[in-house]
Order: sequence, then C-alpha cells, then structure tokens
Amino acid sequence: MFARIPPSALLGLVLTALFLITAVFAPLLAPYGKTEIVGAVWEPMTSEHWLGTDNLGRDLLSRMIYGARTTIFIATMATVLSFTLGSILGFTAAVVGGWIDQLLSRFVDLLMSIPTLIFALVVLSVLPSTVLTLVVVMGVLDATRVYRLSRAVAVDINVMDYVEAARLRGEGQIWVIFREILPNALSPLVAELGLRFIFMVLFVSALSFLGLGIQPPEADWGGMVKENKDGIVFGIPAALIPAAAIAALAISVNLVADWILNRTTSLKGGRGA
Amino acid sequence: MPEDSSLLEIRDLRIEATVYPPGEAPHDITIVDGVSLKLKKGKVLGLIGESGAGKSTIGLASMAYGRGGVRITGGEVVLNGRDVLKAGKQGLRSLRGKEVRYVAQSAAAAFNPAHRLMDQVVEAAVVHGVANRAEAERRAKNLFRKLSLPDPDNIGKRYPHQVSGGQLQRVMTVMALCSEPDLIIFDEPTTALDVTTQIDVLAAIKDAIRDTGVAALYITHDLAVVAQVSDEIMVLRHGKLVEWGRTQQIIKEPRKEYTNQLVSVHEIEHREKEPSGQPVLSVKNVTAAYGGGPIDVLKDVSVDIHPGQTLAVVGESGSGKSTLARAITGLLPPKQGSVEFAGRMLPGRLAERTRDDLRELQMIYQMADVAMNPRQTVGTIIGRPLEFYFGIRGKERDQRVDELLEKIEMGHGFKDRYPAELSGGQKQRVCIARALAAKPSLIICDEVTSALDPLVANGILRLLLELQAEEDVAYLFITHDLATVKSIADSIAVMYQGSVVRYGSKSKVLTPPFDDYTDLLLSSVPEMEIGWLEKAISSRRMESAGN
Repeated sequence: MFARIPPSALLGLVLTALFLITAVFAPLLAPYGKTEIVGAVWEPMTSEHWLGTDNLGRDLLSRMIYGARTTIFIATMATVLSFTLGSILGFTAAVVGGWIDQLLSRFVDLLMSIPTLIFALVVLSVLPSTVLTLVVVMGVLDATRVYRLSRAVAVDINVMDYVEAARLRGEGQIWVIFREILPNALSPLVAELGLRFIFMVLFVSALSFLGLGIQPPEADWGGMVKENKDGIVFGIPAALIPAAAIAALAISVNLVADWILNRTTSLKGGRGA
Repeated sequence: MPEDSSLLEIRDLRIEATVYPPGEAPHDITIVDGVSLKLKKGKVLGLIGESGAGKSTIGLASMAYGRGGVRITGGEVVLNGRDVLKAGKQGLRSLRGKEVRYVAQSAAAAFNPAHRLMDQVVEAAVVHGVANRAEAERRAKNLFRKLSLPDPDNIGKRYPHQVSGGQLQRVMTVMALCSEPDLIIFDEPTTALDVTTQIDVLAAIKDAIRDTGVAALYITHDLAVVAQVSDEIMVLRHGKLVEWGRTQQIIKEPRKEYTNQLVSVHEIEHREKEPSGQPVLSVKNVTAAYGGGPIDVLKDVSVDIHPGQTLAVVGESGSGKSTLARAITGLLPPKQGSVEFAGRMLPGRLAERTRDDLRELQMIYQMADVAMNPRQTVGTIIGRPLEFYFGIRGKERDQRVDELLEKIEMGHGFKDRYPAELSGGQKQRVCIARALAAKPSLIICDEVTSALDPLVANGILRLLLELQAEEDVAYLFITHDLATVKSIADSIAVMYQGSVVRYGSKSKVLTPPFDDYTDLLLSSVPEMEIGWLEKAISSRRMESAGN
C-alpha cells in the first residue's frame, strides 16, 4: 500500500511530526516556564538559553515550544471548524440544490467579497478577545473556501449514476451525502485540509502580529515576532526565529499535502500518461 | 506478383507499455506480441478483436505513432519500401498526413471546433505541398460530392457543430483522402454512429476506397461491418494474431474457435412468450418534457410489460428511450398520462413513492463503472438493497450476497473487491446482482450491453435470460441494437422522435409490412454476409425511386 515515500514527503512527515510532538508535550520539553523571566533582555544564544532570551528576558526556546502549542492548537481547531461547517453546507447545497443552494452560495459570495484579514480585524476588535472567538471567526471565514470546493466536488459526483441508483433505491439525503458522496470527495478535501491548515497558521500569526490574536503574556509565534521585532534594528535575531518556525511548519505540511494529493490521484488510475 | 506491389508490411511487431494498477507496483505489459501483416496497394485489411486486442495500437504503429506511454520495442514497419520506425522526425513529418492518414472513431472530438471544416480538410494537403489551396479545395468539394454530403460547394464553410455526426465522419474521410495518401487507417469510424447513419457512412467509405484505389486498414469490433468493406480480415486477441484470411473464409469457414465465437455471437435461442393476464407495468399516454420546457421529449407513449417478459424499446439516439425509463422510475414526472404498476397508479414523483414501489422497479445502467460507488466493495454494493428493503444484516446478509454472486456466475472471492478491480463484464454482473437483491418485478435495462465487447455482451444477455426464467422478473430493455432485440425480446416498441411508431409482439413487429421508419431501422442492421451493404443500399434507392 505505502509503496515508497518520496524524500520530500518524508522530510515533510518528519518535520510535521516533530512540530506536533513539540506542541503536545510542550510542558515536558520546555526548560523554563513560558512567562518566567530568567535573564537580561535579548541575551545571545548560550548553553543555558539555546536560543537566547526575548524582549522581557524570558527564555526564547521555552516560549517557542509553548508557542508551537498555542499556534498549532488554534490553527487545528479553526481548520476542524471550517471543514465541518464548509463541507457539510457545501454537500448539502450540491445535493439539495434549489433555493437552499442559492441562499448559501450567495451568502458565501458575500463573505468572500470582503477581504478576510480586514473582516477579521473588524470583528475581533468588537468582540471580546478570547481563544473561542478567535477560533470561531477564523473557522467561519475560512469555511467559505471549503464550502466552494466541497460544493464543486459534490456537484460533479451528484450526477454520477451510482448516486442516481441510490436515489432510485429510496435512500435519504444523509446516506447520499455521507455514504455516496463523501468517500469520493475525500481525496481533494484531504489535500485541501493541509493547505487550509497552513493558511490558518499564517492567519493566526498575522492576527497576533497585529495585536488581535493571542494576547500576551501567552506565547504564540506571530505574537513573538511582534514582541521581538524592535530587536532587528540592533542586529538581534530573536524575531526571526518564530518567523522561521512559521515558514518551516508551512512548508513541511505542504510537502505532506502534496504527497497525499499525488497518492490519492494515482489511486484513481494514475496521473495521466 | 512483383515485390513492389506490397504497400505496407509489418514484421514481428512488438509494443509494450507500463501500467500502474492501483495497489500494485507498476509493471510492463505487452500490448502487441509479434504481429506480422502485409497489405497490397488498393486493398482493405480489416483488423478485428475485442477491446485490448491491440487493433488501434497496430493501426497507429503503422504510422510509427504510439499513444501516451506506449513503446514500440521490436519489429519492422515497412511502408512504400522504407522502415518508418527508423524514419526519424523529419522522415515522419513527410510521411504522416501525406502517405498515410488516420480517421478517428469520434469525429466530433477530432475536429477543432474553432475552425471551419474546409480549413481543416485541406490543411495537410497544403502543408505537405501536395496541392495549392485552390486545387485542394476543388478536390475536397469533389470528394464532398462523391461522399454525398449535402451542399458540397458550401459545406466546407460550416463549423464542426453545424453538421451531424454521420456527416462529420464523412468529412473526416474526405480530409484523409484529400492529400491522396497511399494508406488510410480507419479506427472504428462508424462505431459511435446510429445504425441508420452507419450504413451511409459505410457505403461512402467503401465507394471512396474503390474509386481512389487507396489501401486501408479498417479497425472495428463488429465483424458484420468489416465484412462489408474489407478484402481480408485479421482476427486479433490479447495482442496476438488468431486468424488471418480472406473475408469469405473468415465469416463462412472460420478455422479457429475464437473466430467462430465472434461469427456466431448473436445466435441466442429465445422463444417468444405470449402476453399473459394483467401487465406488471402499464405506461398510459405519457407525455414528458425536461425542466417544464415546451419541447415534449415523450409524446403520448403507451406500452405494457407483462410479468416475466421482456419489452425491448428500440430507436436511435434522441428518440426518447432513456427518457421513458426516467418517467417510469419517477426521476422525470410526466406532464400527462400515468404509470400503473400491477394495476395501481404510481405517483409521478420519486419522493412520493413508497419504499415497496421503489423496490419493485430496479434499474441497470449502460456504464457499469459509474453505476457503482468506486469506494464501496462488491459486498456492500449488493448487500445494501438487502439491508435497505428487507432489513437483512450480518451473517444472513453475507449469505444472501454469496447466493447472488453465485447467480451471476461469480465466486465468493469477489465480495471484498472494489469495482476498479473488476472487468467490464463483471461490473455489469454486479449491477445485475444489485438489482436482483431487491427481488423486483421489473428491471429496466438501459443499454446494458452497449459498452461491452460482443462476446461479453452475449454472456450478459444469456445471464439475463436465465435469471428471467428463474426469478420471473420482467425487463424493459432499452437498446439501439436490433440484433440484441431479436435475441431477447418478447415484445418490441420502436420509438422515433419521442413517439412509439410500432408496438407489439416480437413476431408481429418484425414481420412485414413495415412502416417506413421500422423498415429503415431493420434494413440498416449489418448482416454477416458479403454484399449485404450493396443490397441494402440498392433496395433503399429503389424504394426512394418508387416513392
């Protein structure tokens, strides 16, 4: 089944796994507390503080590890929300059709016509800044993209003879959606899942960088770039480390998503000769 | 016979390709295995065999072309005295489109919809310097006339979508003839056409070959068609030569068992049953249109189907056959008229029918691969109706699935397979089992054998007849193939432009006097007999003269 994993995908898998392990076991791995002040401001890298200290004299490595936890957790929750919401609504719109489809699709068009970041900024500055609001806002905004994709995929599958056969048998909409359409729509959706997750990581980082995401003293990568950005003019690399981590996570998940996409398309008879 | 009279000679041709089956390591397969052939100038050689026999691959290899992923790994292809496999890029350019041309199966897909027909017809002749533009156009117009295309002087100004499928296929033949090639490869040129159109195209191709003296490779899976046009026939199977001989010998005295099977493919013993008692399904004066539109796709259609019998609905594409099935199943509620099942009215809309109504009417589709969910196993596909209609689960269900698999002559081993792991015939059998699982009174078979090879289709038809005898199920058999109708129907409805033009028991429908359309349909079915084409055409001319 797993014939051979190409090196790029292997690299992606290993890195993604490392990030995930770090996120899950953060309290065990971090040498210091996330808000504990352990030294002077912006100390260089030493054997005691591998990545140095940040703008308040906290251990940067420990903040990176806790930051991985926050960033990945929020991105995961928002992705799960956007996929559940987007795909169920998208499938329903495709299968039921008619005015439900029109209503949902035009509403999604409306949401998509507003730039996501600006929309999120407005909503988040009005609502109380909790993790829940953040996840809900990000999830709902991103669900529009998932809706578009899953509706398009489901419309294609919906006209297949096997779906018609299920309807002629008298199956209900729930069976049609979950048993006939969903299994066949999974491969494009799984590939999209990786990409959406990366967007979520970037999104939450951007919001935190702008001060509307995770609130200090909680650690998260976007917020850490913001906290340490003033050091750059003094030649202090503390801001670049969380930035690099964001990039590394994005790339490694992308490599995995790419590989999954290739593998699932070859299941359907190869990627063309 | 002097040596140079041989135009094309293929010696020991070997063609391989790499396949990527799901769940297995990629490996090489041999598509053509040591085939040799010889074709003299002005002669026609028919290549025949089921899908996967390597017919098209050989055809394309004679112009040194391999479709994506295909490699010519051995042998020689000598055309006009030179080995085309060693011709190189420049050599091939001067060869293709000039000395050898190709007529594809689907003209509709082969023409560029953005250019006028004439531009495409003369292109190769002009590019290769065979003629200048004016000369090539003059020649094309002559050929249009010869192939009896309407308005030969102006048809070239039309775009591909402005002519019919049969006309487009003839235009493609003109395109091939225009550069006066030595060899034309016809790759299933009439397979996608209706039977009444096929005869015209066939006659046109035959005349053109005779008048221009071009040699041809004629590729098809229909022995009756190839018998009309070729001098010799070569039977292929799994990339190997089975038999090669003169047309007369192949169809009258085949030497190999496989050829014999191909020749006798339509001979199914079936005795027509008398209609008995109350019909299981009556369609009464049904008129239907799509999307509430003004065009009635079905016009006042009335037919009866009797228990345990087969009603065949025949007609060309667009005659409303499949729409009739949609109206019966409730997918397209009729505008007027009613569908009665065992004496009671069925609601027009699918959503209003009871589960038992749905169970009694099952359907089998033309394309078995899209009629089954690719992510469900055979066991799930057949087992679902058992669960859904009868609430049978667990062990009992598995047992019923095994019984059904046995009924369709497939073993238990298939239960855990996915549709992609089945052959075309097996897929259709699984669809039959799924329909039978519901214990229906009527199964609607929509072109169930059209996508299959003749021998496989034959097996499916035999199976359907056996199952009918065992289960006493009625069939509504939709088809465009009259040979199929003759072998399995008890009664026949001939449809034309949405109306039933002739309806009755098989013997009655197939006995003269015929109405015009039925006559046309019946006389268009190719028969396995040399000279049938000429006879059919001349009798048609006489009739039109008589009118």
